[in-house]
Amino acid sequence: MRIAYFPGCSLTGSAREFDESLRAVARRIGLNLVEVPDWNCCGASSAHALDHVLSAALPARILALTERTGVGDLLVPCSACYNRLISTVHELKENPTLRAEVRRLLGMELHLTVRVRNVLEVLKEALEESNSTKIVAPFSHKVACYYGCLLVRPHKVVGFDRPENPQSMDELMRTVGAEPIHWAFKVECCGAGMTLARTELVARLCSRILDDAQARGADVVITACPMCHANLDMRRSDIEAVAGRRFSIPVMYVTQAVGLALGATARELGLDRHMVDCQLLTAGASKASTAISQP
Amino acid sequence: MSRIGVFVCHCGENIAATVDCARVAEISSSIPGVVHSVDYKYMCSDPGQNLIKQAIQEKKLTGVVVAACSPRMHEPTFRRACAEAGLNGFLCEMANIREHCSWVHEKGEETTRKAADLVRILVEKVKRNRALRPIQVPVTKTALVLGGGIAGIQASLDIANAGQKVILVERGPSIGGHMAQLSETFPTLDCSQCILTPRMVEVAQHPNITLLTYSELESLDGFIGNFKARIRKKARKVDEKLCTGCAICMQKCPQKKIPSEFNAGIGTRTAIYVPFPQAVPNKPVIDTENCRYFKTGKCGICQKLCPAQAVRFDQEDEIIEVDVGAIVCATGFDVVNTDFFPEYGYGLYPDVITGLQFERLASASGPTLGEIRRPSDGKVPETVVFLACAGSRDRAKGIEYCSKICCMYTAKHAMLYRHKVHTGKAYVFYMDIRAGGKMYDEFVRRAIEEDGALYIRGRVSTIYERDGKLIVKGADTLLGGEPIEIKADMVVLATAAVANPGAEELAQKLHVSYDAHNFFAEAHPKLRPVETNTAGIYLAGACQAPKDIPESVAQASGAASKVCGLFSQDQLSREPLIASVHRTAPPLYSICTGCFLCESVCPYRAIERETITTRDGKPIKTVARVNPGLCQGCGTCVAVCRVKAIDLDGYSNSQLYAEVRALA
Repeated sequence: MRIAYFPGCSLTGSAREFDESLRAVARRIGLNLVEVPDWNCCGASSAHALDHVLSAALPARILALTERTGVGDLLVPCSACYNRLISTVHELKENPTLRAEVRRLLGMELHLTVRVRNVLEVLKEALEESNSTKIVAPFSHKVACYYGCLLVRPHKVVGFDRPENPQSMDELMRTVGAEPIHWAFKVECCGAGMTLARTELVARLCSRILDDAQARGADVVITACPMCHANLDMRRSDIEAVAGRRFSIPVMYVTQAVGLALGATARELGLDRHMVDCQLLTAGASKASTAISQP
Repeated sequence: MSRIGVFVCHCGENIAATVDCARVAEISSSIPGVVHSVDYKYMCSDPGQNLIKQAIQEKKLTGVVVAACSPRMHEPTFRRACAEAGLNGFLCEMANIREHCSWVHEKGEETTRKAADLVRILVEKVKRNRALRPIQVPVTKTALVLGGGIAGIQASLDIANAGQKVILVERGPSIGGHMAQLSETFPTLDCSQCILTPRMVEVAQHPNITLLTYSELESLDGFIGNFKARIRKKARKVDEKLCTGCAICMQKCPQKKIPSEFNAGIGTRTAIYVPFPQAVPNKPVIDTENCRYFKTGKCGICQKLCPAQAVRFDQEDEIIEVDVGAIVCATGFDVVNTDFFPEYGYGLYPDVITGLQFERLASASGPTLGEIRRPSDGKVPETVVFLACAGSRDRAKGIEYCSKICCMYTAKHAMLYRHKVHTGKAYVFYMDIRAGGKMYDEFVRRAIEEDGALYIRGRVSTIYERDGKLIVKGADTLLGGEPIEIKADMVVLATAAVANPGAEELAQKLHVSYDAHNFFAEAHPKLRPVETNTAGIYLAGACQAPKDIPESVAQASGAASKVCGLFSQDQLSREPLIASVHRTAPPLYSICTGCFLCESVCPYRAIERETITTRDGKPIKTVARVNPGLCQGCGTCVAVCRVKAIDLDGYSNSQLYAEVRALA
């Protein structure tokens, strides 16, 4: 399976392990990632708050570049980028005036033929297609599948899964041997980009997410969003300060959990880059991998 | 030679604002055959009609074209006016220059020209009209009432008390409907059963009412005054004539854990059961899907113990055919269940219940004998959250309409809970309070001001369970949108009222229209609220739209009076716009070749086979014949006839061609 790939800024920075683990999984399931050449920032949370045309033009350039590669599907692992790109496709299709304006700004052809796809749907499809894939080390843990705000909403635009109680990540986790729990914070907001401006608010929101996941017996929170991961993992000390208690539950990318099940090493998957230790969860993986998560 | 009169109506400003009516009249006067052409402000008014009558008499008109509104609006008016002046009503036609012209176009020369063209078309048609006589059909003076809830009960009693026969068909084992499930009723808090059960008994004992419970409409043929209904009387597996209602069978039935439909799933029943002790008829049915005898072949305890020997395991469904003249459809509604709401746990939490389930908890005849105890552990809840608009007025859920009854019953629920649990807290989340009705707003104020229900304007985003409590997350949008979290012991969702499952199928059987939500459509939303577009079929109650009890009863009485009005005549007039098959003198007899393609397409089964014989009875050929009693004039047979042997009176092929040619 060949697919265009837009990593976005996060996956080259704070969420480098998302990129590493995605590539590690891709290698094992025959997913051929074609990185969009000369890609730019999608505008993330700032552009659409400041300039409407710019917020469409930035993702549109990525779409136009993807069209040039001739690959029909574009994988966007970061939930925020995914939401920006798919919203742009939706908006430009609905609004011909804006479409003309954006084309003029870009000076590029733009046909809006690219299908923007998130990591959950692509992994599911690729796993189904690849016959040779073997689950060598089932990820036998209780997992809290955390979708966040942007992956399934707004439903009218993304048209993916059910907005209130999505199941796609739960199903994916089941196929690699995990046991998803029923919990209440699947699609709650983590505070996202408020993390710098209102850290305490973000910490409070995150503490409730971790609290519920831990209270219901999850071993790990699984996410597909770099922003959610950063808030739940990197802000752990702030979260604990707000909650007045400690949370030991680690947070992993969906690709890392799948990667472990497929036999990738912890280092290959960038598990050593997390703030909260994932050591116990890698017990099923090879010995070499367990060693490296210690500093 | 035709002498046609054209009458152009201004319809106040409705037509005159965009169409130059005087000019239309002027253009019309030059159409060949038109001998009289005028315009007037309100043609349907008394002076307007007089213009037509005078012209018919003075100018000896042979046809009339009224250029005005839709024929659905005023065709009967103008045909009657023509008839009064001595011109056969079917020689009067309407050119619709309002809905088809002035309302949909801008003011201008082209709009006026189109209006004139519409007149020209109808002039050509009316030149070829024939004088027709209405068809007289007899009326079968028996009404079929579908549904034995309060609407069906009221309609049946009203018709029966007027001296007409009624057949009341109810799908369930007992009549009573949703009203029998309710605890108290707003705005007076009188007990629902106390006011309903006497009427149920009256239905059962009324000499003019035949009650068929556990029965459903199988199919319907015919037309107003002359319907033929086939009713499936489902096998009760109990002989109703022998059964005395002693209830020994129910006490001894070993299958005791079946969720009770009457108790909205929060109580249980046995496999042989009556839905509730006050059921009418008080005769049990066997639920064969859950009965041990029907599942395994072993058991049969009810049969062994029945003192009247009324249990009949071998009883089969029975089809009953009845002739009826009118039908009242009163099949009611349903509510969506809690599993409709992923955000509220998909029905996962036993203490998140529907309003209907709360009714059963609050009812003296319910599973808790009227004590408010939550389903999970039977504890008396200390905090109850009521959610109005659960599903209703929510486009994302596909239910954009207001369910109408929830504001009132939620206030009632909060009130009943506070009356029964004095220390309890009752929160109500609402969007708006819609309490339009006699004493309704006063009732809601009483819940808030006297009974201390805590009303919060805002919606609930999610409900989840934590440490044995239901955490209800919402917002108070009246006070700055502050997020609110309430730890509740029980949550009651005022879930949306929806059409009954099977409503669509029933509508198709009855040939009545229904809306996008499968509620049945009335003929006119304001002026014909109890009639359907199919003559002789009337609506009552919540099958048309969510309604409370007073409204359902009012509509049922309205439908009943329509039925009685219909039954006050011995014969009915029908429009004679029907198809006929070509017939001529021997040796041809008819150009019909007897292919009977028409028979296979006719939706009303009006095509019959007729064998033409010689005088001594030898068959010559078999041709189609249209039964004038059944034909509805749809014209499908005309369209498929390969030899053009069928034509439709009032819409003949030659008329339609003339209409098209008028534009050439």
